[in-house]
Amino acid sequence: MESDVTAQALTVRGLRATRGGTPVLRGVDLDVASGDICALMGVSGAGKSTVLRAIAALQSFSEGSIVVDGFALQPGPVPPESRLRPLRSKVGFVFQAHSLFEHLTVMDNVTLAPIHAQGWTRERARGVAAGLLETLGVAARSAAYPRHLSGGEAQRVAIARALALDPQLLLMDEPTSALDPARRGALGETLSALAKHGRGLLIATHDVDFAQDHADRVAVLADGVLVEYGAAREVLANPTHPATRALLQATNVSAP
Amino acid sequence: MYREQQPAPDIPLTFALTTTLFIRAAQLGALLLLVGCRATRGDGAAHPPLRWGGDAEGGAPFVEADPNDPSRVRGFDVEIADLIARGLGRRGQFIQVAWASIAQSVERGDFDIGLSGIEDRPELRERQSLTIPYFEFREVLAVRPADRDRFRTLADLAGRRVATLGSTTAYQILLDEQARAKVVPVSYDDDVHPYTDLVAGRVDAVLLDNIIAERRLRVLGGFVIQPEAVATGHYVGVLARANVALRDSVNAILRERMRDGSLEKIFRGWDVWDDAQAKYFARVLADTSAGVARNASNGPTSPFSYLPSLLRAAGITLALSVLSMVLAVAFGTAVAAGRVYGSALVRGVLTVYVEVVRGTPVLLQLFVIYYGLSGVVRLPAFLAAVIGLGLNYAAYESEIYRAALEAIPRSQLEAARTLGLSEGQILRLVRGPQALRLALAPMTNDFVALLKDSSLVSVITVVELTKQTAIYAANIGSWVVPGILCALVYLSLSLPLSRFARRLERKWSLT
Repeated sequence: MESDVTAQALTVRGLRATRGGTPVLRGVDLDVASGDICALMGVSGAGKSTVLRAIAALQSFSEGSIVVDGFALQPGPVPPESRLRPLRSKVGFVFQAHSLFEHLTVMDNVTLAPIHAQGWTRERARGVAAGLLETLGVAARSAAYPRHLSGGEAQRVAIARALALDPQLLLMDEPTSALDPARRGALGETLSALAKHGRGLLIATHDVDFAQDHADRVAVLADGVLVEYGAAREVLANPTHPATRALLQATNVSAP
Repeated sequence: MYREQQPAPDIPLTFALTTTLFIRAAQLGALLLLVGCRATRGDGAAHPPLRWGGDAEGGAPFVEADPNDPSRVRGFDVEIADLIARGLGRRGQFIQVAWASIAQSVERGDFDIGLSGIEDRPELRERQSLTIPYFEFREVLAVRPADRDRFRTLADLAGRRVATLGSTTAYQILLDEQARAKVVPVSYDDDVHPYTDLVAGRVDAVLLDNIIAERRLRVLGGFVIQPEAVATGHYVGVLARANVALRDSVNAILRERMRDGSLEKIFRGWDVWDDAQAKYFARVLADTSAGVARNASNGPTSPFSYLPSLLRAAGITLALSVLSMVLAVAFGTAVAAGRVYGSALVRGVLTVYVEVVRGTPVLLQLFVIYYGLSGVVRLPAFLAAVIGLGLNYAAYESEIYRAALEAIPRSQLEAARTLGLSEGQILRLVRGPQALRLALAPMTNDFVALLKDSSLVSVITVVELTKQTAIYAANIGSWVVPGILCALVYLSLSLPLSRFARRLERKWSLT
């Protein structure tokens, strides 16, 4: 797909959400351009996952607006799944725990939604899935069941599954948490390649090195508001907010 | 021959059941008291008391708790026991025992003599010492008034269902007639429900002792007794096989009391005396040999001759279990889905269903479905058994499925949602298949348990494997061979099942 400099994969304005009556998000503005990798950073509990879940319509939000590739979500209860169908092919979600379907092979994990939710023929779904698995380097594992995959393999299968419907926006929750440094680099290259094809990627992470090496933009979330937002190099080189500095310090202390 | 378990006939059954339970509890308490009282009563005699066994659950006119003083029993068997005890210079001490167990209990030495409307049967005569018969009864047919002229004898009842009490001469007669006159014997565990089912139209006739039939007619009504007797039988006292000495003393006393009219007085008191009885007594007194020739019965048989009927009963057990399980799985799935996905109201209703079913005995549920609902819908026994067991097990299955459904990680379900699968598709394609794997082992356990619990349906007249075994054991007077055969059949059904489930589980856990 042609990538236009101004094309927005995601636009979030004034997003407010509560959990159990406590405000979690208190007015978040966020843009992810097509072709960009945006790292959504912050300490645990800052609200990163809530942002992702609201965008994927897995949880409600009380105020603000979310627009994904022209599809708008309104505040209030999560709409019924039938009304969300357009959103489902626009947003892919890779969960922290991969959450592969344990009873299905790698191939069936990837083709389940195209066949049953989109009505593709089995041949078409398998063709697309084979291509994705090849691109992600796990084609050899097509017939394996999830329990026999390594952590890295499972993650790549989860990415392939999320990409099967060719979404314009890919959401990832802490993708590096279970990876060693070499695998982190490989993942970064994979994601860069996906962005080059015109997708927007929003990645919740507290991994500063990963953001530094692979993100185009960084948004820092603290106490439910965005405290910094800009080009990755600028934000991480010249942090202006204590929360960003705290993140960087934590990383420097633990850095090898 | 008797067992009675019935309050007034026009009381709704659920209530009647409760009442019966209360009455039984009261009887039991009363009997305990009775035993206690008798033990403390002054006993001048040097002899130990004559312990006699009977079943007060059987009721009048044999043995029943005295309505005026429930701590005592009354009935003609009670008075005969007292007569015998007095004749021996001892006092009587009543021991409560389940009617079907009297012979085995006396052989064990639980008491000295059993007196409780026990029939003189050839098999019994082979194994125990029996007194001379002290009463002659007639096996009579009861039919609905409309059939009075149609069904006069067993021969008129070809292809018809004829009810009786299990393990009795009457049942043996029906089994013999099954081959000859093609009647369909239906065995009950008590002597009340054959008559209620006759009135309700579930069976076309009842064959039982005239004593029982006449009593049921007075209490229940709604049927007529055919005047022509199908056979005659006799009540005897039963003693341990080796206890010939006591038997001879008792026989002497019985003869003497027949002669002096004491027995006649007792039977008149219970309104069971007639001319036939007088003639019978005269015959006994004229003949000094103790034995009374019995009519028809097949001679003793080898254990293997029972095998075909055991296998047929095993088939019924298997069919019953499979059909019940199919119903339990289908309904249990629906209940589990309702409890996981349903509205608050649906969840509430289903929770009540599950808790009520799990919190009450399946026996009670079977009674309610078969007898309690008979005013609304008259289910055939087998169907009622399938429904009763199926609905009971559905409650347990639903809990297994609910737990299995809830064990599937939430994030998998959310992943499925973000992929655009509908709730129904998620259940069908993601949640259900994984839950099924988790549920398989407990389901197999339940099916094996159901296989065994299916023996409970004999209370609603379905003759399955255990019931057939009990009939067979009663016939030959031993549980050893029938018990082993029965156990082998159950094992041959349950073991392959467990193995199959283990294989399936292993296969799925390796994939």
